[in-house]
Amino acid sequence: MFLRLLSDIQWRAAHPKWRRMTSSQRSTSTTAEPHPVSLPAQAQVVICGGGIIGTSVAYHLSKMGFKDIVLLEQGRLAAGTTRFCAGIVSTARPVSIELKMAHYSNKLYQQLEQETGVQTGYMKTGSISLAQTQDRLISLKRIASSLNVMGIPCEIISPKKVLQLHPLINIHDLVGAMYLPEDALVSSANVSLALATAASRNGVQIHERTSVSHVTIQKGRVTGVETDRGRIQCEYFVNCAGQWAYELGHSGEEPVHIPVHACEHFYLLTHPLQEPVSSSLPTIVDPDGRIYIRNWQGGILSGGFEKNPKPLFTEGRNQLEIQNLQEDWDHFGPLLGALLRRMPGLEALQIMQLVNCPESFTPDMRCIMGESPTARGYFVLAGMNSAGISYGGGAGKYLAEWIVNGYPSENVWPLDLKRFGTLQSSRTFLRHRVMEVMPLMYDLKVPRWDFQTGRQLRTSPLYDRLDAQGARWMEKHGFERVKYFVPPGNDLLDLDHSKTFYKPDWFDIVGSEVKCCKEAVCVIDMSSFTKFEISSTGDQALESLQYLFANDLDVPVGHVVHTGMLNENGGYENDCSIARLSKRSFFMISPTDQQVHCWAWLKNHLPDDSNLVLEDVTWKYTALNLIGPRAVDVLSELSYAPMTAEHFPSLFCKEMSVGYANGIRVMSITHTGEPGFVLYIPIEYALHVYNEVMNMGQKYGIRNAGYYALRSLRIEKFFAFWGQDLDAFTTPMECGREFQVKLDKGMEFLGQEVLLEQKQNGVYKRFTMFILEDHDTDMDLWPWWGEPIFRNGRYVGKTTSSAYSYTLERHVCLGFVHHFDEKTGEKLVVTTDFINQGEYEIDIAGQRFQAKAKLYPFSSLFTQRRRKDEVELSGYQRE
Amino acid sequence: MPAPAHLFPLIRNCEISRIGSTACYCHHKHLCCLSSHFAHSHFRYAPQKKFAALYRPKEHFNHFIHARDYASTPQRFYLTPAQVNSILKANEYSFKVPEFDGKNVSSVLGFDSNQLPANAPIEDRRSAATCLQTRGMLLGVFDGHAGCACAQAVSERLFYYIAVSLLPHETLLEIENAVENGRALLPILQWHKHPNDYFSKEASKLYFNSLRTYWQELIDLNSGETTDVREALINAFKRLDNDISLEAQVGDPNSFLNYLVLRVAFSGSTACVAHVDGVDLHIANTGDSRAMLGVQEEDGSWSAVNLSYDHNAQNENEVERVKMEHPKSEEKSLVKQDRLLGLLMPFRAFGDVKFKWSIELQKRVVESGPDQLNDNEYTKFIPPNYHTPPYLTAEPEVIHHKLRPQDKFLVLATDGLWETMHRQDVARIVGEYLTGVHHQQPIAVGGYKVTLGQMHGLLTERRAKISSVFEDQNAATHLIRHAVGNNEFGTVDHERLSKMLSLPEELARMYRDDITIIVVQFNSHVIGAYQNEEL
Repeated sequence: MFLRLLSDIQWRAAHPKWRRMTSSQRSTSTTAEPHPVSLPAQAQVVICGGGIIGTSVAYHLSKMGFKDIVLLEQGRLAAGTTRFCAGIVSTARPVSIELKMAHYSNKLYQQLEQETGVQTGYMKTGSISLAQTQDRLISLKRIASSLNVMGIPCEIISPKKVLQLHPLINIHDLVGAMYLPEDALVSSANVSLALATAASRNGVQIHERTSVSHVTIQKGRVTGVETDRGRIQCEYFVNCAGQWAYELGHSGEEPVHIPVHACEHFYLLTHPLQEPVSSSLPTIVDPDGRIYIRNWQGGILSGGFEKNPKPLFTEGRNQLEIQNLQEDWDHFGPLLGALLRRMPGLEALQIMQLVNCPESFTPDMRCIMGESPTARGYFVLAGMNSAGISYGGGAGKYLAEWIVNGYPSENVWPLDLKRFGTLQSSRTFLRHRVMEVMPLMYDLKVPRWDFQTGRQLRTSPLYDRLDAQGARWMEKHGFERVKYFVPPGNDLLDLDHSKTFYKPDWFDIVGSEVKCCKEAVCVIDMSSFTKFEISSTGDQALESLQYLFANDLDVPVGHVVHTGMLNENGGYENDCSIARLSKRSFFMISPTDQQVHCWAWLKNHLPDDSNLVLEDVTWKYTALNLIGPRAVDVLSELSYAPMTAEHFPSLFCKEMSVGYANGIRVMSITHTGEPGFVLYIPIEYALHVYNEVMNMGQKYGIRNAGYYALRSLRIEKFFAFWGQDLDAFTTPMECGREFQVKLDKGMEFLGQEVLLEQKQNGVYKRFTMFILEDHDTDMDLWPWWGEPIFRNGRYVGKTTSSAYSYTLERHVCLGFVHHFDEKTGEKLVVTTDFINQGEYEIDIAGQRFQAKAKLYPFSSLFTQRRRKDEVELSGYQRE
Repeated sequence: MPAPAHLFPLIRNCEISRIGSTACYCHHKHLCCLSSHFAHSHFRYAPQKKFAALYRPKEHFNHFIHARDYASTPQRFYLTPAQVNSILKANEYSFKVPEFDGKNVSSVLGFDSNQLPANAPIEDRRSAATCLQTRGMLLGVFDGHAGCACAQAVSERLFYYIAVSLLPHETLLEIENAVENGRALLPILQWHKHPNDYFSKEASKLYFNSLRTYWQELIDLNSGETTDVREALINAFKRLDNDISLEAQVGDPNSFLNYLVLRVAFSGSTACVAHVDGVDLHIANTGDSRAMLGVQEEDGSWSAVNLSYDHNAQNENEVERVKMEHPKSEEKSLVKQDRLLGLLMPFRAFGDVKFKWSIELQKRVVESGPDQLNDNEYTKFIPPNYHTPPYLTAEPEVIHHKLRPQDKFLVLATDGLWETMHRQDVARIVGEYLTGVHHQQPIAVGGYKVTLGQMHGLLTERRAKISSVFEDQNAATHLIRHAVGNNEFGTVDHERLSKMLSLPEELARMYRDDITIIVVQFNSHVIGAYQNEEL
């Protein structure tokens, strides 16, 4: 409790006004008090949650000019998870956006004491992440590469150097470490109180001991919150309720699904060492031992992420479980063992306490941010996966920007609430998944990792059939997708042994699938793709779509158009293929994880017109992608219809019969640049059509293929993919897709102005394809994504995806090239000459490989049997 | 375990060229089920517990002494803990009743089972299945003697007989119609089998036809009454034994099958079967395997409740029953040396037609049977004082028990377990295993001065205590580990365990019997809810 008392005193000292209000509480801080100030009847923003996240949002909102803000806390400020937080601010994060948030947080906390007068206990101690294995060292080097290009000091050091920095450490089992001198320690409760103080000065009203019972939503908009002290009308509501965020989201009539689940988290506090540990001693993270260790009041604080986490509150807040939150030494035993192995000198150190503090975790280890897809004005920031203090500052800033400007200043899609659907809000799913997630915090993060829990939720009707043929599965948005097919007799490594940063064991399997796509024909089940139908009684559908999409959709019936769904800054909110089924109805194919986001975007932007119908038909169709030169033969034999380019040109859509089944939507696209078709099959025909295709295809050498083959094909053809390469901050002009934009289509569309401007003045980044030159596929580390790109030795951007091209027999990386001014660092226009005249290198975990930059795909790849795809690809050549 | 016929003379030749136990070892490994080898292997060298030695008792004695000597000389080779585990775990199997929507509605949480062979190959069998057309789950252990053929057949067939006995008239009609019209059959049982638990493919048609005749008779008999579980169990046991006997008398044109049905009939098996449906637990027992309920008392301690009576000479009622069924003149010869007719340990069993058929019938079948049967001295041998058959029945004793929330688990095991462990110890070991680490008081530092090193030591000690629990993911394995490896202090002694498990196959049988265990765990919440409903 002493922490709490300490902070109270500082809190009052720093903020006289607040002191007046709460002075009566000084002596009896734990008993219930009459609330001195009544709640306002209305406010612009109501924030629920007075931990680090809630106070950070309040702080940033008030800084950005919002005045009418109320922050509600059910207990006391900074008294929940925040109070128990270990207080480590570390930028050693693998995901770029998380890294940026942590970096910003660090800078914010550093000056917070000066700004507010509240002591935050900020101490720049630095941190050392240890590697016990070479693979771990590789993962650290990858992080180091991306930190370095952001200008964050960071170095890979030898075990000997570790000992110099931290004399207590046993280094004999280490192979190396990463040192981040700028990482810091804070008192997280005090940081939170400092943010609250500053917010309060800026006019934010803070009410403790006020709990929100539910949020009222009318016509898809937040209208107010009901609390135990009355109602507040508001325009925006921000759910920062931490581990209670899920329950709060579900408390209203219209649930907002926030997939977080709590797990118990333990850390140990000790009395001071005989010779007290210096408060500037760096923090140690030993992921292979699953522990972290920081100095704490002359002693140490050490916790970790055990292999057998204890999830709790699955059935909601539960008094019994809260009471049972006690020290569990038997559970902590392995972590204590790891601690003593790492610092044997601590044997004689006296235990002070084993703290049990629940943390909330999310299904994919990334926090949850953004606006609810169903309730406008309902914002969420929760699920920090035990890094609340590191992310708090940055996350609060981005969310505040989102509320104030309508969008944050960075691409936060990896954190967006809309990456989840209702399907991830099952408590059983969450309970099982967080039990996998928590140990993963310190597990090695290798490319192509798939979660093992919460699987087989959404499947294609062909799932069993494909599984029996050796399919290996990955999951996207809850949907099972095939990675590749293991031929009979082939055995792959088990899960743990298949983790690698080098050439994976499926290399040859995917190679043969790719070869079959190039030379014969393959079938890929692509049922997971999001499918919408938009129709209207009059021209409403066409008119609305013409406004929302950059390409011209007023095409003859039966044509397919590739187009971006852009925001007003010209950035891609979605990248899709739209088929005009009739004058008044359209069929829209988007990436799998667009299901929630795209739906919300269309709902928000389509006019409220009962004659305009938007329907999600994802579940109605099974999609089979027939890729390869012989696809045309298979299909024409099955349908008795001529499928040659004259009769069925590229980018065409026709309903036809396949086998006995009628009404199959056949589109001449493959999402890879290879010739072929996608068949959209009403699900009840899926098995029939699949069987027919496989039987008929036998004589053309048909075989099953998976997404890894598709990926290799699309990347070597320089096809960008939304969510991976494209995001809300990328315009068609920046990725060579001007041909998919019709600036002169005769009517205004979203993003048009920005695109016009870019067309005139040029772009500030350019999507580029890199072929690795001196990279040995067998021996060298493989690129993944997020690798820094260097031009003439200077950092110009990062890769966004990569794949091995079996045709080129080289690795291909896709990524964005910027032109930073050598002196000021200012972004300059990127010209074709700038791209073409550079010498490029890609940095993979600190090792640089020469790369050849290309702005257009290899034309030689298309020479063989190029037929229908001339149209599909012509755009690239036209520029 | 049918051995390929051509192997047979080959091994016989090698037997001639070698002497004694080496050849015997070789037989054990491959041909135990061929009864022609009983005379050689089981009866001469390995003292069979179920049968008193028929021949050359002296030789048997000598061998036993010899074996003692062998084991008491210090062995140079010990198994590592990992090797011990791989032996103990080779046959383990676990089944968890699937949960629906996070809730398990069955009174059974799941079961663990395991077998440790002493005979080579093992003569015990086990079965577990869920009834699909009625409610309930069936679990059983079967201890074979004079080979494994009978135990194998019973383990494959008995549950079908029970399930069919339980089926309502309409379902039987439906199934019969389906068979008649060649339609797909409703699945009757969902088996929960370890990969080593095999079913005989060759005999399935024969078995099926017998079963079909049974249900056809049930259809004809349609009593219109709801089926009583007790009666169904008794009928099923008796019917199957009857079918085994009939099949052997009728024979089969296929020589392999003909030989098989004879081997089944001439060997024997006990059966201890549990039927669990909600709070109703029925145990049907024939022979000397045993069912035991683990009960947790209010103070957390464990006690055992027997749910079966052993059918052997130690059971006075059973001796009384046998005596009642035969003329007074036979009273003295009926039970000798604690064995039925001085030969058989269990007083009830499947198969064992030598104790059931008339002498004429036995002779007729043996003479008309295949040569292997004729060559076999055991099959030709008629028990002494054999005047008024049958002496043996397969009729089970059925005990019904209403489950209570304090009934935490059920142990079904063959006598291999019960002769090494007292049921009270079994209850305690399984009970403590199932409740796991929670039984140790949690540590709280409180105001005490404890260093990290001290705490680490304390935790390591606590982990070591329960490490053998953690080592086993299966309660049955855990129990076997104790049964085989317990020292005088009641804790597992690795050295002892290692010794016992590394005994050569031909010696293992002298120190222990086949052990087969099924531990069924009950869901106290569901049982409590049932109880409340009934109140």
